[in-house]
Amino acid sequence: MGRLRTIARRSFLIGSVAIAGGVAFGTYMVRKTPDNPLIDDLAEGSATFNPWVMVSDEKVTLIVPHADTGQGVASMQAALIAEELDIELGQFEIDFGSPSAAYYNTASAGEIVPFMSTDKGFQAETMRTVMGAAVKVLGVQLTGGSTSAPDSYHKLRMAGACARETLKLAASQKSGIPADQLKTANGAVQLPDGRSLNYTELASIAAGIDPVEDVELRDPSSWRLVGQDMARLDVVAKSTGTMAYGIDLYLDDMVMGTVKLNPRKGAPLQGFDASDAEGMAGVQKVVPVTNGVAVLASNTWLAFQAAEAISFDWATAEYPAEQSDHWAEVEASFTDDRLDAQWRNEGDVETALAQGEVFEAEYRTPYVAHQPLEPLSAIVKVTDDQVEVWATHQLPRFLQQKVAAITGHDDEQIIFHNQFGGGSFGHRLEFENITVTAEVANQMRGTPVKLTFSREEDFVQDFPRQIGISRGRGAVADGQVTSMDLQVATVSSSRSQADRLGQPLPGADAQIVAGAWDLPYKIPNHRVRAYAVPGLAPTSSWRSVGASTGGFYADSFLDELIHLAGADPLEERIRLMDDDVSRKVLEEIGQLSNWGSPLGETQGRGVAFVHSFGVPVAEVVEVTNTDAGIRLDKAYVVADVGKVIDPVMFDNMMKGGLIWGLGHAMNSEITYADGMAEQTNYHAHEGLRLYQTPDIVTLGLENGEEVKGIGEPPVPPAAPALANAIFAATGQRIREMPFHNHIDFV
Amino acid sequence: MKLTVNGEPHDVSVPDDMPLLWVLRDELKITGVKYGCGIAQCGACTVHIDGQAVRSCQVAISDVQGEITTIEGLRTPDSLHVVQEAWIEKQVAQCGYCQSGQIMQAAALLDVNPAPSDAQIDAVMSGNLCRCGTYPRIRDAIKSASAKLEG
Repeated sequence: MGRLRTIARRSFLIGSVAIAGGVAFGTYMVRKTPDNPLIDDLAEGSATFNPWVMVSDEKVTLIVPHADTGQGVASMQAALIAEELDIELGQFEIDFGSPSAAYYNTASAGEIVPFMSTDKGFQAETMRTVMGAAVKVLGVQLTGGSTSAPDSYHKLRMAGACARETLKLAASQKSGIPADQLKTANGAVQLPDGRSLNYTELASIAAGIDPVEDVELRDPSSWRLVGQDMARLDVVAKSTGTMAYGIDLYLDDMVMGTVKLNPRKGAPLQGFDASDAEGMAGVQKVVPVTNGVAVLASNTWLAFQAAEAISFDWATAEYPAEQSDHWAEVEASFTDDRLDAQWRNEGDVETALAQGEVFEAEYRTPYVAHQPLEPLSAIVKVTDDQVEVWATHQLPRFLQQKVAAITGHDDEQIIFHNQFGGGSFGHRLEFENITVTAEVANQMRGTPVKLTFSREEDFVQDFPRQIGISRGRGAVADGQVTSMDLQVATVSSSRSQADRLGQPLPGADAQIVAGAWDLPYKIPNHRVRAYAVPGLAPTSSWRSVGASTGGFYADSFLDELIHLAGADPLEERIRLMDDDVSRKVLEEIGQLSNWGSPLGETQGRGVAFVHSFGVPVAEVVEVTNTDAGIRLDKAYVVADVGKVIDPVMFDNMMKGGLIWGLGHAMNSEITYADGMAEQTNYHAHEGLRLYQTPDIVTLGLENGEEVKGIGEPPVPPAAPALANAIFAATGQRIREMPFHNHIDFV
Repeated sequence: MKLTVNGEPHDVSVPDDMPLLWVLRDELKITGVKYGCGIAQCGACTVHIDGQAVRSCQVAISDVQGEITTIEGLRTPDSLHVVQEAWIEKQVAQCGYCQSGQIMQAAALLDVNPAPSDAQIDAVMSGNLCRCGTYPRIRDAIKSASAKLEG
């Protein structure tokens, strides 16, 4: 399959236009700047200069359209605008804004094109340009793929600078002083005589001035905010219980309730008996919805109780009922007709492995749930003129489409109030909470309806990470790794998601082998092939998507080959590395972790390296093999994102990503029985708790040419680094998640 | 049924077996206390009853005896609680959804043991789940608060 035909990851966002149409957009469409959505509702005397900055006579509002589900992007976006606008944290309000084409994601194209992110060749760059144009024309507003930082880094500083220069013109008009003699600081234009005019005082004049667009960004040496430790805008609210998440909102005359959908995901409800439930305390109504029912009651807990009292006749699942059949389907997928794509093929693997000793190994990764701590919920109010939705979502314009299809409104009549989210990890890319609430609210026009999923319902309705198996064959010679042939078979989570969006995904799915095929190593004979497993349970993007499995397969297998060769795990990775930025990351992890220093007899250390979302990340984990099991002592993380925008948030994401990767690799899986997820609460799917958390040291490097995000890249190396450390400490090689099925942890 | 929350008296009419969590949230609209799991596995619903940390999802309203304090009532009108100050100084929160429970648990710990060892912190705080992985900063913040209390 030719690479240009191989449209990969999340290409559903592009839709059939880009694919079938051969990516032919007129120059006009590509150059045209989408309309500023702030203009529509602008009050008299208020000014907006671009889709991100609005000034009234009372306040400055910065629009931060990337959804904040805990990764801190609200603060990051605001800081980028504030840097150039010369306004201090605390002198402005933030708003997530309305869904709009103006907020199209300028960085998602890099994740869509099927080229290694280190590939800056003509073909790769051309595809990035074309895909970038497609995302713009289609107005794809996405929070995901670790793109918030790269999307915002230039664009939002420009937004701040343009607003600043326009406000200077307004101050010039008001004061009669030429604009080039004016300066800005502290949310005000500073006049030469020492007086200052607050931006809010200038709103009505600025409203009559065409926004300045031709500005130069400041030199990084003059930055006040970017690159410095910043205080998150939400940290006080989140430390005092005053942050209102979507689940915390109560509207006047609102009805509350919950939902119970067929636990065999996607299959219909054939019948139900709610007669017991309807007589229970506080129950107001039982409302059929697609594939299930909603229960409305005076209190969410009463609705939970009533939902349990309903007897259901559920249809059977379209996917295999039992977990063993899921594994069997994956095992059966290493066939030519299920070959999704061959992603790299250097040297001659077949010939190389036809002679001498061949090492083989197989790795397994189960389904894993997202389960952010804030359960799914939504509030929807439908009237004849419009629909209002309160929830947290990463694809707000698709949300509009989904709701409009239920209520019969136009997309533009769907008013979406995006909320701070209590975690996501990919969970809030899906729509079930939104659509069921919209179905109920549409039957009760005029009344706001809030539905909250119980934790159990949230678990069984979760579309987990893809299940997969990888088979490696390889060889070593003279102390070096010489051949590596990796086959990866997983469910295509991108295709599963795309199907639910009604946007079939043509071409190969790069996520099947993300983190496995695109490692910038130069191994003489190196092949990576992807196989798509059909017909299994629906899956979705789970923090770091394909790299969470692909990184484990590839780095674990490489580590096995390195040990087989008798080489040092870090030195051999450095020797094989073919990318300067990545090599530096490996060298730095050696320094930071004091690699090679003596450890105790029962201790071991492992290193792993994965390149995902354009970010090279190396991690070292140190463990002790105690009598009661493996103890995680220390972990080190080094990543290169080009520019660390906020060192505090960066450190938080690095540690959180490592912990996410470790915890699920050690302790978590979703298995199916009778077509239903068997794990329905945290006791059965723990992630990591504090007592198992190692001491963690992080380091950010800035050698990369482009600014990249850090939400996902620290996840993939965690599992292989731990497995490699356990091998070093015990001689036991763990090739299957969750590790606790094979070894105890303390 | 009468109860006192953050010094304020309330009277609610709900079934006896309704968990305190859902009385606080859906009846009294006190939302700093969070629903996370409903089975005492995550600790997001942690409140104090007469100063003791309890999982409010496991306490039937009819069994509540004593004064309830939620995260909203942890501070005094004039100043934040020392644990909250440490949480802000150390920038602990990511999504923040578990942090009300983490802070209430940590405050109860320091109340009985102002200088906990690492092992004691691990033991007491491991019942509070954080999906974002803020644990290293939770450890730092507790130590920072402890140092202030001891200082």
